[in-house]
Amino acid sequence: MANDRRGDVGGEGTGLPDHELLSASDVTRTIARIAHQIIEKTADAEHVVLIGIPTRGTVLARRLAAAVAEFGGTEPAVGTVDPTLYRDDLRRRPTRALEDTQFPEGGVDDALVVLVDDVLMSGRTVRAALDALSEHGRPRSVQLAVLVDRGHRELPIRADYVGKNVPTSRSELILVSLTEIDGEDRVSIRRGAGE
Amino acid sequence: MKHLLTVTDLDAATATALLDTSDRLRQALLGREVRKLPTLRGRTVITMFYEDSTRTRVSFEIAGKWMSADTVNVSAKGSSVSKGESLRDTSLTLSAMGADCVIVRHPASGAAHRLAGWADKDQAATGTHTSIVNAGDGTHEHPTQALLDAATLRDRLGSVAGRRIGIVGDVLHSRVARSNVFLLATLGAEVVLIAPPTLLPVGAAQWPCRVSHDIDAELPGLDAIMMLRVQAERMTGGFFPSSREYAVSYGLSEARAAMLPEHGVVLHPGPMVRGMEIAPSVADSARAAILAQVRNGVHVRMAVLYHLLAGAPE
Amino acid sequence: MSDLFIRNARPYGDDAVDLVVSGGVITEIGTGLTAPDGVETIDAEGRVLLPGLVDLHVHLREPGGEESETIATGSRAAALGGFTAVFAMPNTSPVADTDVVTSHVRRRGAEVGLVDVHPVGAVTVGLKGERLAELGTMASASGVRMFSDDGHCVNDPLVMRRALEYASALDVVIAQHAEDHRLTQGAQANEGVVASRLGLAGWPATAEETIVARDCALAREAGARLHVCHVSSARTVDVLRSAKAAGVKVSAEVTPHHLLLTDAALTSYDPVNKVNPPLRTAADTQAMRAALAEGVIDVVATDHAPHASQYKDTEWQVAKPGMLGLQTALSVVVHTMVEPGLLDWHGVARVMSERPAEIAGLPDQGRPIAVGEPANLTLVDGDEPWTVRGATLASLASNTPYEGMRLPAVVTATVLRGRVTARDGRIVEPVAT
Repeated sequence: MANDRRGDVGGEGTGLPDHELLSASDVTRTIARIAHQIIEKTADAEHVVLIGIPTRGTVLARRLAAAVAEFGGTEPAVGTVDPTLYRDDLRRRPTRALEDTQFPEGGVDDALVVLVDDVLMSGRTVRAALDALSEHGRPRSVQLAVLVDRGHRELPIRADYVGKNVPTSRSELILVSLTEIDGEDRVSIRRGAGE
Repeated sequence: MKHLLTVTDLDAATATALLDTSDRLRQALLGREVRKLPTLRGRTVITMFYEDSTRTRVSFEIAGKWMSADTVNVSAKGSSVSKGESLRDTSLTLSAMGADCVIVRHPASGAAHRLAGWADKDQAATGTHTSIVNAGDGTHEHPTQALLDAATLRDRLGSVAGRRIGIVGDVLHSRVARSNVFLLATLGAEVVLIAPPTLLPVGAAQWPCRVSHDIDAELPGLDAIMMLRVQAERMTGGFFPSSREYAVSYGLSEARAAMLPEHGVVLHPGPMVRGMEIAPSVADSARAAILAQVRNGVHVRMAVLYHLLAGAPE
Repeated sequence: MSDLFIRNARPYGDDAVDLVVSGGVITEIGTGLTAPDGVETIDAEGRVLLPGLVDLHVHLREPGGEESETIATGSRAAALGGFTAVFAMPNTSPVADTDVVTSHVRRRGAEVGLVDVHPVGAVTVGLKGERLAELGTMASASGVRMFSDDGHCVNDPLVMRRALEYASALDVVIAQHAEDHRLTQGAQANEGVVASRLGLAGWPATAEETIVARDCALAREAGARLHVCHVSSARTVDVLRSAKAAGVKVSAEVTPHHLLLTDAALTSYDPVNKVNPPLRTAADTQAMRAALAEGVIDVVATDHAPHASQYKDTEWQVAKPGMLGLQTALSVVVHTMVEPGLLDWHGVARVMSERPAEIAGLPDQGRPIAVGEPANLTLVDGDEPWTVRGATLASLASNTPYEGMRLPAVVTATVLRGRVTARDGRIVEPVAT
């Protein structure tokens, strides 16, 4: 899903301007909404852990945890898991750099884990992240939160929390920017730039 | 990266990427009961050791196994090598059997280069792709040892760049010294070789390092000191008068270790000759990072296998 | 037989002439000559004509090493390289330390008939450096003019002294492979920054210089003739210069590879670059060129050393030292000496034909291109570049260090006593008589 990264916004490609899907305030509102949903759907759980998929999933997990606390929930522990070592498509691309893997103190055994990523497409990254997660412990259950679901699933995986469903063609690119990394909050689509 | 033959193949960015990968792999395995990653499932890694080295061979073997590669150990003694088969034929045979990676330890300097040359020629002819890793060739290089030393220094000192590292002992016959001098220099460290002139190769003055014959003068300025193993066979080779004189002149005694700055780290590539190049109390002190070196060895070698074998072939 | 007409050739690169050869001897030189009826004619098209080249130092590997070279294949390489006489070193199996072997080598050379093959006899029995071989018998029975333990140094000063003394009475020359073996134990490459980086044990230049200095002193005292094989170090030149100035009867050779190649080539660990003495530094190659131009080094000798691939396609340290040289020698000399203006064609004739013949005492080689002289000749296209391919060279082995290199100068014809042995890159087989 490396296509669905911020990329070189305003750069080359088709020359067409990127079409904005979510503005900065939309992003904030969407994160707040997902946080509320998490509070609601995890009310029974004793131990909730948000695990982000690097790099923007990790940022989103931190924001969600803060929002959950702000809206009256118990602040969940936050961790990050790099699924790269578990991917099934490593041989298709040059060597990928590895990202951060850090589990919160107390681990994930018997916890309700919410995996967090920015964009959901084929589901292969999530599958790899589930494998990585299972090597680190045995959660009671695992849920999935994404900012954007753009379709084109290749595995039987669906998200429990979706910020925005965006029907796309394979040739399009979803660009997610988050302030902590990119200096602004924004989600946009670039037509005909992918593949 | 197709092969790892010499640290000269690594620029600062590539070396740093390898060290970063090593850190990430350590992180990914931290606190786990099942130390197994699926990353290299179905890849075949062969260790081919023409010299005994339990330490390095086991480290590579564990690295391969922890990444789910099928690792096979070829000992030169138990194979057709002892029947006079040439290195070239042995390597091409292993390649034809489907080895994705051959890790070689050999007494001849340049043996890994030769293997890589034959593997590349074979690839051009048959399309098979075999990566060669130099696990120590003669008195030339031992690149993964230098990488694990750099990883250990980074852990202990925070960085390698700008640090002053002393390397003490038999530089002439040491592949560890050669790999360290050039890798540490690439990473921005200042390297000082400390040895009697008989144990320094002619030409070392033109390496990217300084040469000294006075360990006591250097100790207070060092961030780390690496004690090379002194091999018993050199004692009789006339390289220095006696082991006693060597220990007195260049051994890292407790008194000498105390001359290091407080943060000064002591490294040794092993196996150690306690009481000869290093006092037992120094080897067991908190300064010594010797076991950390061994631990980092596995992660660094995993990182090397990851960079050679995980991505699309070049 | 042995009649030939050469039109429009430039002897030593000078003015063009025609030459008539009859009975193996040059009988007429002039302009506007007419080819005698029915005589083989070479139209030289203004190419350079040299006296046939003489190589004091080749390894033809026969007997015992026929997987790498034979006297037949080595003779073909020699003829194609422009040579009319070569000196075959005695490190064969069995060693050429008796008249049995040296006379065999001479006879085989004559049977092949493409180049005069002169056996070099061993100085000591089995090249062991301990006991003198039968120099007198070899000299008288098979006409051996030069003795050497090449590949090994006559390291023991007493043995070397006796060899020089004994040889002085026979008027033969002792050719020394100057290498103090105590200083080169396990040596793999020129001692210096390249070898230190590559972890190859160093071959210090001092191991050559000290032996040359010692031998010059011994030769002076013995009044004997000394020839120094394959000089490789700049400081050896200084030793030779002062010895010559002091009247020592010493001559010296340099190989084409020590004129051109340096140890920088070693970084690939390809043993095609492994040779003894080793390739040295750029400063050394410059010193070799200057010394050859000055005459301190007398001659170029190839040290042609074929090795079958099983001896070269190995780890560096187990590979055998040596490289092919016969078919590339003239090109390397043109490239390193003629093109930079260090030698003209008279100089090339001197270092590759006249002086070698003189050192070895050959009466019929290295002679002037003049009426009444034997027609041993080499015709060279000095401008034509070519690309070296080991597989296409005439030697059985293909261990040329110049693989893929573009070099100037092509030998277009070689003439041995009036008979064409090679022409336009092809061997002309002798007609059975």
